[in-house]
Amino acid sequence: MHYADYILLIPLLPLAAFLLLGLAGRNRLRKSAGLIASVLMLVSCTLALYAAWRYFFVDGLVDGVYRQIVPVRYNWLIFSPGLSVDMGILLDPISVMMLVVVTFVSLMVHIFSLGYMKGEERFTTYYAFLSLFTFSMLGLVAASNILETYIFWELVGLSSYLLIGFYYDRPAAVSAAKKAFIVTRFADLGFLIGILILAFQAGTLDFNTLIARLTDAGSPQFAGITAASFLGISLLGWALGLVFIGGAGKSAMFPLHIWLPDAMEGPTPVSALIHAATMVVAGVYLVARLFPVFSMDPPVLQIVTWVGALSAAFAAIVACTQTDIKKVLAFSTMSQIGYMMFALGVARQGGEAGLGYTASLFHLFTHAFFKSLLFLCAGSIIHVVHSNELKEMGGLRKRMPFTHIAFLIGCLAIAGIPPFSGFFSKEEILLAAWRSNALVYGIGLVVSAITAFYMFRLYFSIFWHESRIPDRNDGSHSAGEALSSPEGGLEGSPGMKFSLVVLSAGALLAGLVPFSRFIVPDERPHDSHTPLSFSILPVSLALGAILLAGWLYRRGNDRAEKLKIGLGRLYQVVYQKFYIDEAYIFITKKIVFPLVGRPAAWVDKHIIDGLMNGLALIVAKVAWLIRGIQSGRLQQYMLYFFAGAFGLVLLFVYYFNHLHT
Amino acid sequence: MNQVPLSHILFVSTALFFIGIYGLFSRRNLVCMLMAVELILNSVNINFVAFNKYLYPDRLDGFFFVVFIITIAAAEAAVAIAIIINLYRNHRSIDVEDATNMKF
Repeated sequence: MHYADYILLIPLLPLAAFLLLGLAGRNRLRKSAGLIASVLMLVSCTLALYAAWRYFFVDGLVDGVYRQIVPVRYNWLIFSPGLSVDMGILLDPISVMMLVVVTFVSLMVHIFSLGYMKGEERFTTYYAFLSLFTFSMLGLVAASNILETYIFWELVGLSSYLLIGFYYDRPAAVSAAKKAFIVTRFADLGFLIGILILAFQAGTLDFNTLIARLTDAGSPQFAGITAASFLGISLLGWALGLVFIGGAGKSAMFPLHIWLPDAMEGPTPVSALIHAATMVVAGVYLVARLFPVFSMDPPVLQIVTWVGALSAAFAAIVACTQTDIKKVLAFSTMSQIGYMMFALGVARQGGEAGLGYTASLFHLFTHAFFKSLLFLCAGSIIHVVHSNELKEMGGLRKRMPFTHIAFLIGCLAIAGIPPFSGFFSKEEILLAAWRSNALVYGIGLVVSAITAFYMFRLYFSIFWHESRIPDRNDGSHSAGEALSSPEGGLEGSPGMKFSLVVLSAGALLAGLVPFSRFIVPDERPHDSHTPLSFSILPVSLALGAILLAGWLYRRGNDRAEKLKIGLGRLYQVVYQKFYIDEAYIFITKKIVFPLVGRPAAWVDKHIIDGLMNGLALIVAKVAWLIRGIQSGRLQQYMLYFFAGAFGLVLLFVYYFNHLHT
Repeated sequence: MNQVPLSHILFVSTALFFIGIYGLFSRRNLVCMLMAVELILNSVNINFVAFNKYLYPDRLDGFFFVVFIITIAAAEAAVAIAIIINLYRNHRSIDVEDATNMKF
């Protein structure tokens, strides 16, 4: 089959599910909504896998270079010849890889939700939103045009908003949804301005042409964008920096990360899909998509590197103190995305220097598996315990042996223990950092140890730590009720287990994919090897961190408490997430509102509204004056009419006479 | 054959037109006003026919216009009569002076 025959179905099937469930499903498809969406998603996923197989193994590789294929293109808006917005699908290694990741994780989440959301009042709506999100995300990754990307980018933001605020009767969920939307929207403004600069300077919105024009140092467009400068920075730097702000907002990079922990108010499978595996990596994907252009401007890549490294370190430290399991996972996601970002930042175009790029997308790939696995496990646990708080858990090892194993696999993968998938991608990232910047490497190394620590803190606190159990299990009636799930036993329905098994397999095996043979910045695949001796240090650090976590949290003891008291003030600062949220509130409430908002409101109220009101008032007065003409007497009207007609005739006669004489 | 000069015909049509206008202004009865409108239309018809006959005897455009106007006048009369009947049902009168409901 040719790509054009089926590639459109991959995004359109979820859209069809959304339309069907959203428009007709409310009453009629109540029972079957999940099944319909899952089946359509299964078809879409199968097609994506088939397309990936075709692309990577059959016809993508021509003369040792992965070619870019645009199987579908539809001319949508034409601004001027040469500058048009096309709706198309672009196939190249990263977009094909993302299609697979998105459809696969989405399918697993669909299946998991069958059990997790069962009995939910708005079950159909949930699946409709989930399908809408999948459609938007697929459109985002496959877009062939930068404005098309932007449109889907906003759609993704919208569906994220809808899903975070799914439990709209909870005030926390509503405000979290608003926060996520506003923060990412704010960042998207940067993205939009960046797009406009790029499009204006390159004269095109099409990715292929844009990249071709802006990476050719001899082209007039490149000369134009580098020659023009604003505040001492070239326009290229501005454009890429602004695009990166958009990406950082979506990917929850410091300091635009504040929405991600709050976004955990949404249903847990949603967090697995959107806030772990797909949407939050859109920023990484965007930078990777424009990487050839980014590589023309090393200072911007420096920014990418440092923002990534800072976010990784910041989030890892905060994650150590959080007590809500989903928030720990959220910070861990942010930290892992920080890894991907700085790996992109240290990469350069061509051959071995492109290792960071490969590593970043490799980590994106493996992270999608183990992080969605961890989130779904957390979902299972929350399903049983009915709480997000670590305090309420402990000793679940015996009650949930199945989830226990899956969670352990996820933890080992994220901690980078061989032979789990996270090990391979993290080693590549560290190697790339080592080759270009020792300081970034140091941060990466420390963060990887902290990652192992907080993940196993979570693991030991949930599944071991027996001392907390008796007082929960003996007396309280509600606990006993909570622990006996109505169907499918304690660990959820077969569908939930199935997703966990598949994702565990992914977390185990995804690392074995030889990524550099598929995804490299210059599309010239080659083999790459990580020297074995290089891995000794990170792995032993991670093992040490795991042992430390075990020593602190495996059994009920007061060591952790003592440590907390010992750290005192420092612990509080970290626990409050370095007061970033408070800083935001301070800036908005004390600076933006009184100094910008109030004057703007005054201008709006008195000058702009005043102008409008004044105009309306004048119109009303004049109307009052001339309303006498509207007497309602037919013959009076006719008189006006004929007088007018007669006047015109006289005018014409006079005019023509005048003209001819 | 000794033809009637064009100016004579135009005189008739102009006279008809102003008779119509006069009727339109002086009558208060809507049916009479409708009849006056018909007069105006017919004066226009005469103009069309006359100009066509005298200026472009080999063409038929003017006659077509006349046929159209007659058709439309018929339709217009039907609509106007319908309106007048409705007016009568609501006001028990077809005097224009009484129909001032739409006044501001």
